[in-house]
Amino acid sequence: MTKVEAIIQNSKLEAVKTALHDIGVEGMTVLEVRGHGRQKGHTEFYRGHEYTVDLIPKIKLELVLPDDRVEKAVQAIATAARSGKIGDGKIFLSRIDEAIRIRNDERGEGAL
Amino acid sequence: MRTACIVWFLVLFVTFSAGVPTVSAQTPQSSAMADQSVRLAKLEQAVADAKGSADNAWMLTSAALVLMMTGPGLALFYGGLVRKKNVLGTMMQSFALMAIISILWALIGYSLSFSAGNSFIGGLEHVFLRGVGGQPEASYAPTIPHQTFMIYQLMFAIITPALITGAFAERMKFSALVLFMMLWSVFVYAPMAHMVWGKGGVLNAALGGHFPTLDFAGGTVVHVTSGVSALVCALYLGRRAGYPREPMPPHSVVLSFIGACLLWVGWFGFNAGSALGAGSLASSAFVATHLASAAAVVGWGGAEWVRNGKPSALGAISGSVAGLVAITPAAGFVGPMPALAIGLIAGVFCYLMVVKVKARFGYDDSLDAFGVHGAGGTLGALLTGIFAQSAVNPVFRDSEGRALPSGLLEGNGHQLLNQLVGVATAWILAIVGTLLILKIVDATVGLRLTDEHEAQGLDLSQHGEEGYAWEVPA
Repeated sequence: MTKVEAIIQNSKLEAVKTALHDIGVEGMTVLEVRGHGRQKGHTEFYRGHEYTVDLIPKIKLELVLPDDRVEKAVQAIATAARSGKIGDGKIFLSRIDEAIRIRNDERGEGAL
Repeated sequence: MRTACIVWFLVLFVTFSAGVPTVSAQTPQSSAMADQSVRLAKLEQAVADAKGSADNAWMLTSAALVLMMTGPGLALFYGGLVRKKNVLGTMMQSFALMAIISILWALIGYSLSFSAGNSFIGGLEHVFLRGVGGQPEASYAPTIPHQTFMIYQLMFAIITPALITGAFAERMKFSALVLFMMLWSVFVYAPMAHMVWGKGGVLNAALGGHFPTLDFAGGTVVHVTSGVSALVCALYLGRRAGYPREPMPPHSVVLSFIGACLLWVGWFGFNAGSALGAGSLASSAFVATHLASAAAVVGWGGAEWVRNGKPSALGAISGSVAGLVAITPAAGFVGPMPALAIGLIAGVFCYLMVVKVKARFGYDDSLDAFGVHGAGGTLGALLTGIFAQSAVNPVFRDSEGRALPSGLLEGNGHQLLNQLVGVATAWILAIVGTLLILKIVDATVGLRLTDEHEAQGLDLSQHGEEGYAWEVPA
């Protein structure tokens, strides 16, 4: 089982959700986060004070998938989230040791 | 039982005998003329009552509007400008004053401000509001009940100290604030109010003061005293931890925006209500107030657009407040075009005070109480001396009752000197009074939050609450 973490632009969330639903992925967790890679922030002015805002709002999606579905999901996310500019985001994959369904205690890939 | 019956009988007897018209021998003609006089007298009384009712309705409304300026106007305006962890604490400072100053005013504040005393402070004639009833107080407002005048003035006494809280935002102990404000209200506000507006006050233009200062609604009494006191507080308490390195942007300009709009609307009660009646002077002050605010928005916003490339919402609302502050002493003395000029000048001037002067000197007047109220009020008071017109409000008269020129442009250059005296008095009283009070409060209660409490925020450390509990699960 693999965890897919995708950090994407806020404006791409709907497109990514649709793309994932289209390939049959329905479970996901969405978080509002702030951060930056190489993307520059912006400055704001409040009564003469200049503030540099370099932690940019982003959306993070987390999915846990069976290994054989991971590549299709990654392609779907990347294609939907891509604009070609700096700030598009990143996808990270990691190994998951176990998954448990709370409702009925089911374990393993069947719990996904 | 018998005694009660006798008493009742006596009461009824007196009541009815007082009501019975005296019968005298009259011819039909003189009887008709007597009727006419009676009717005329009653008509005159009815007209006076009606006029008084109109004045009283407006004045009670104005009092409500001015209270609204403090809560929620100023509470929202200031609350939005501070960091999230201090929002409730900041609002609480204004609200606490609504309660505490009201009580103090009723007990002693009104008397010290408005009863006859000497040139500098009132006496004790009206302590516990003795003698403040339904009859007008002719020296101040001859067409409204004394109570209306008193309660209207109370709302000014509330908002003035509330303005100071902007200077020491996010770092003063609540207990210290309460003590500070009680002392300030009695020892700084009451004397200034008395000098400018009270019977026998040395600066009172309407009642023959020695240095008549034209201050229609409180440019010196409210804005200069609070603004300069704010500067003293900011310097005495020192900067917030992390200022100016750490970013401390407003947590909600939306709240400040709403507060500023309430201030603009409420200011009609502040300025137009200072006409103490519902006549054409109130209209004139209303118009001048509104136009000054509008022009100041353009002034500040325009200056910001030029300097920063974008006009901000915070700049626009700050400009509005600056214009309203500057027109406060002038509202009932200037016409519409001078009002526009005053607003425009104030907008640009206060913008520069806040953006350039504060940065240059490095003091942490957190919410620009000095930059807007102290500086704007001083500017407005001086511009009043320039733009005041007797045609708008004939406040100076010669021995034959003819109106004399009011301001510089009308030919009275001397008035500018009087304005300077009034402004200087406010500055000195504010500086000396505030310094002394700060020292006393610091020595007894301690003024400033501990480093830990300041980091934690006012809401939790002083009030045990959080302003927004949005992350708490349902």
